[in-house]
Amino acid sequence: MVGRSKLVMVVGVVAVGLASVWLAARLLEAQAPGGEASAPGRFAPYTAPRTPDGRPNLNGIWQALTTAYWDLEAHGAAQGAFPQLLGAWGAEPGGQSVVEGGVIPYRPEALARRRANFDTRTTASVPGDGTDPPLGDPELKCWMPGVPRAMYLPYPLQIVQTPDAVLMTHEFNGTSRIVRMNGPEESPVDNTFFMGWSRGRWDGDTLVIDVTSLNERNWLDRAGNYYSATAHITERLTAVSPYHISYEATIEDPAVFTRAWKISFPLYRRMEPNVQLMEFKCQPFVEELLYGRFTKKGGPDSPRRRQQ
Amino acid sequence: MSGRQRVSLAVLVAALVVVSGLAATGRLRWLRDGVTTEPAAGEAWTPPRTPWGDPDLQGIYNYGTSTPLQRPPHLADKPVLSDEEAAQLQKELAYRLDRDRRDGGPQADVSRSYNDVWMDPARMRLTSDKRTSLIVDPPNGRLPPRVQRTLTPDEQRARAEQDLSTRRFNTGFMESYRDMDVGNRCIIRRRNEGGGHPYMPAIYNNMAQIFQAPGYVVIYSEMIHFSRIIPVDGRPFLPENVETWLGDPRGRWEGNALVVETRNFLSSAEVGRTGVVYGNANPKTYRIVERFTRVAPDRLHYEVTMSDPETWTQPFTILVPWNLTDEQIYEYQCQETNYDMYHWLHGARERERRGERFDPNAPDARAGDGEG
Repeated sequence: MVGRSKLVMVVGVVAVGLASVWLAARLLEAQAPGGEASAPGRFAPYTAPRTPDGRPNLNGIWQALTTAYWDLEAHGAAQGAFPQLLGAWGAEPGGQSVVEGGVIPYRPEALARRRANFDTRTTASVPGDGTDPPLGDPELKCWMPGVPRAMYLPYPLQIVQTPDAVLMTHEFNGTSRIVRMNGPEESPVDNTFFMGWSRGRWDGDTLVIDVTSLNERNWLDRAGNYYSATAHITERLTAVSPYHISYEATIEDPAVFTRAWKISFPLYRRMEPNVQLMEFKCQPFVEELLYGRFTKKGGPDSPRRRQQ
Repeated sequence: MSGRQRVSLAVLVAALVVVSGLAATGRLRWLRDGVTTEPAAGEAWTPPRTPWGDPDLQGIYNYGTSTPLQRPPHLADKPVLSDEEAAQLQKELAYRLDRDRRDGGPQADVSRSYNDVWMDPARMRLTSDKRTSLIVDPPNGRLPPRVQRTLTPDEQRARAEQDLSTRRFNTGFMESYRDMDVGNRCIIRRRNEGGGHPYMPAIYNNMAQIFQAPGYVVIYSEMIHFSRIIPVDGRPFLPENVETWLGDPRGRWEGNALVVETRNFLSSAEVGRTGVVYGNANPKTYRIVERFTRVAPDRLHYEVTMSDPETWTQPFTILVPWNLTDEQIYEYQCQETNYDMYHWLHGARERERRGERFDPNAPDARAGDGEG
């Protein structure tokens, strides 16, 4: 066993060495002054390192750097929901649209719900209180963020890639989803999952994920953009450099939109030494928001009691 | 919102219904086959390796079992049962655990209404090695005695508050969400079910899937959808001041075993009625070392040693077999469909409105022992 692992190590070292030389050459190429590849948003042709089963290796910790979690569409900077409390901490930075063509193609009658979502985004209903449909942004309530929203929350995610399944695990609320690879298996149920039923396949060097069985409680951002339970999402992940994955999601939902539409942005590899997903169990952080109104006045968690 | 979603499912979930559909057949299979047997002694089996040379632990496992944590007193001299004894005990346990039987009268029927549809049939089966306790050390199969010491005034106060909180919960007069335990609050599993880890058999959701990539082992528990990311690349622990509900794990390989140490647990004061580590131990002095070893084509041994010099007089070790399963992991929704919190709190306020008052000495107040 020792002999074998030493051999593996030697082969590995040689492979890493060759890869570095090759990589350096590619980087020089990419940085050539005036070259097309140096333009923002463009990448020189790139062949990703392979996993043992010969697929592009997407393993790593990744994070989007957009403001799409506030609003997928273009938006100017704005005060937050509670400026009197949170000032600049809670304010919304401006951002450019990640939607192809700029604007989400809502059916006219579907726009009212987006407005209503936004207006009631901090009115947090809870399961059982009779509010139907539920009120309040699911992110605010520490619910699973849904697909594709989980991919552009301001928290990192980790991809663990195996031939049979790709695990995507998000720092936010520990939310995870299993992408079943090459499996014909249909979702056992409709209109159920926050994170959908994800089936993956390789289209050349692109990981294509077909997401169905989403539920109607998901939102797309803090601006109240949403889809319904008939949504079908197709994601495409392509390594375009050692440090970037090109991410695209096409959203089809005839109940809400006039046509399929697409978002895209890069996922950036987190490069800090020893970087890891931290625990972000937000459930305890939202209990007072959600359940404070049902606690006994003067109980151990009332603000009055805590100030004493 | 569809009618389906108005159906009050406290804990997801169409997925569970699907699982339980599979479960029905699964249970029949367990009961028919009885106790399975170990591979013949001395039979050589080399655990698989990943292409990059680590032991390959990957798969979907179920660690449910009816084997009790501690050896029952009447089996004190029987660490392992014969085939006949095991079959008999399994039958008895399965009967006792069956929530679909109707031989206990109306009151029992009501208490069993959270019935077998929701339960994991794997909980009906003894471990395949026919042990009488999950605890393998101390050799008597019992938890070591707890350390007897005088509590500090702060600890006494905390204990009294915990006691009162338990009484409020048991009598339905919850003052706040903090009167619910960590499982009810959808944060982590209750700690007597392992709180996420140690992974201890429970009535349902004994499912975990192991994923590996170079430098990482990830254990995805279905319950409260928790991906435990274990670096196996020799990196240091997080600084001590970073406290977490589920701890900060670090793994290493010892032969065919993955050995995991976990630190950085939240101190109890932060977590309301129930603490965050096993046995309500002191998170600062509690140590947990887990060993994951593939021992057969369809089985992994999960051994966990826990110690806390402030809580137990000696360390103890539990061995739980994880059995490969062809079932799937499904999305587990918790706070998203947690009807209990509203019903309990709103119910308590409603009772107060009607003039009922909390009585800490009511017969059903039964203060817990802090074991969650």
